[in-house]
Amino acid sequence: MSADGKQRSIRCLVAKVGLDGHDRGAHVIARAFRDAGFEVIYSGLHKAPDEIVQAAVQEDVDVLGISILSGAHNTLVPKIIDGLKEYDAFEDTLILVGGVIPDDDKAELKQQGVAEVFGPGTELEKTIEFVRENVPEKR
Amino acid sequence: MTTAETTLVEELLAGKHQALARVITKIENRTPGYREIVSQLYEHTGNAEVIGITGSPGAGKSTLVDKMAKTYRDRGDTVGVVAIDPSSPFSGGAVLGDRIRMASNVGDMDVFFRSMSARGNLGGLSTATADAVKALDAFGKDHIIVETVGAGQNEIDIVRAADTVAVLVPPSSGDGVQMLKAGILEIGDVFVVNKADLDGADRTVQELREMIEMSGGSMTVGGGHHGFDTVEVDVGEEAEEWTPSVVETVATDGEGVENLLETLADHHGYMARTGELERKARGRIANEIRTLLRDDAAGIASDELDRRGGIESFVDRVQAGETNPYDIADDVLGDLRECVEGGGR
Repeated sequence: MSADGKQRSIRCLVAKVGLDGHDRGAHVIARAFRDAGFEVIYSGLHKAPDEIVQAAVQEDVDVLGISILSGAHNTLVPKIIDGLKEYDAFEDTLILVGGVIPDDDKAELKQQGVAEVFGPGTELEKTIEFVRENVPEKR
Repeated sequence: MTTAETTLVEELLAGKHQALARVITKIENRTPGYREIVSQLYEHTGNAEVIGITGSPGAGKSTLVDKMAKTYRDRGDTVGVVAIDPSSPFSGGAVLGDRIRMASNVGDMDVFFRSMSARGNLGGLSTATADAVKALDAFGKDHIIVETVGAGQNEIDIVRAADTVAVLVPPSSGDGVQMLKAGILEIGDVFVVNKADLDGADRTVQELREMIEMSGGSMTVGGGHHGFDTVEVDVGEEAEEWTPSVVETVATDGEGVENLLETLADHHGYMARTGELERKARGRIANEIRTLLRDDAAGIASDELDRRGGIESFVDRVQAGETNPYDIADDVLGDLRECVEGGGR
């Protein structure tokens, strides 16, 4: 079986959720991830938490990057996390949040299961590095 | 087979979405153990109708697939989709953009949509796709749609493996239609002129019809086909033949999709009646066996090469004028051949 085991590629879902039409950041991240050799699925704008969950489960992504600039992260992110748990896909998905998130909320999000929150001005390399180091080993 | 894999197969067969997703990941990554999983699933396959959809970028494949899936769902059927997108030959990365068009089926878990990147691997893509289709089949999907740009032999092989192949042709693609003559015309069971509301659609339909007629005098059934959107198949005839039909759709608003599904079902019926379905399945299995053997044998040869000092050392020797690639191949495979031919079992 020597043909096995050399095809591993990191799969990411870059998601825009809720009523927030600012997708420049999501596009930049999607492109940077692609150039880093990742396989990127972009959700498109204005997605409901259910749709993000559906995509994350079916695509079996290693990384779920949620971009939120609307301020609704405290409502939307938990819904996504609950959905992932419902489909047994929470454990081995690395959940990242990008956007304008107040410090107090950051701690709360992390407690719920978000691995890291990246604010404005984060270097792309830093995000990519974080993904490489923390991507869960799927069994 | 480890217990984890057995559990995964059981969960997939029980209808757990995450298990299906994980199995496809293992198939794509060729994770050790994936072969055992596919082997286990094999006996549960053979019930789905598999449709291959191909066409140039921007022809509207994903949008059409979305509407097809929705229409199947409205009838109470379940759907699986495998959408293949190219990957960068440099970084290996990819943006898989087909999912974004699946707007009609969001939140409906009974449409299982999976994006796959071509990953630039040699021939592995057709194996991976065929195995992913098996996983969806074993999961119990009624219809499975495989969507790909169809550029290159690899991707053409993928759609050809489907029971029914639909080729999308955008309007006013005169040159495109010319190109079709070369390869894609032969694989299309149904031609779909999508964006049929645009100028030039009628002409494209006309051109396609002419080409179909020209391509096979023997293929035409009962003196041409003037039925606008359907094909006339004479069921009573002894040697029933399928004339590729031309269907018009406007995927963005779902126009013509019902009709397309009817035509696809007609083709499937024809395949079943005439034994073509069986014949195609046999061909598919034969191909699978050949591909696996070729891959495995190549793996053994490559291991042997490594044991003998690696490919670079052989290149050095050829460059130094000591030997040539043919002698090396004979030499490296010599023991293997002896083992097989000499009855060393």
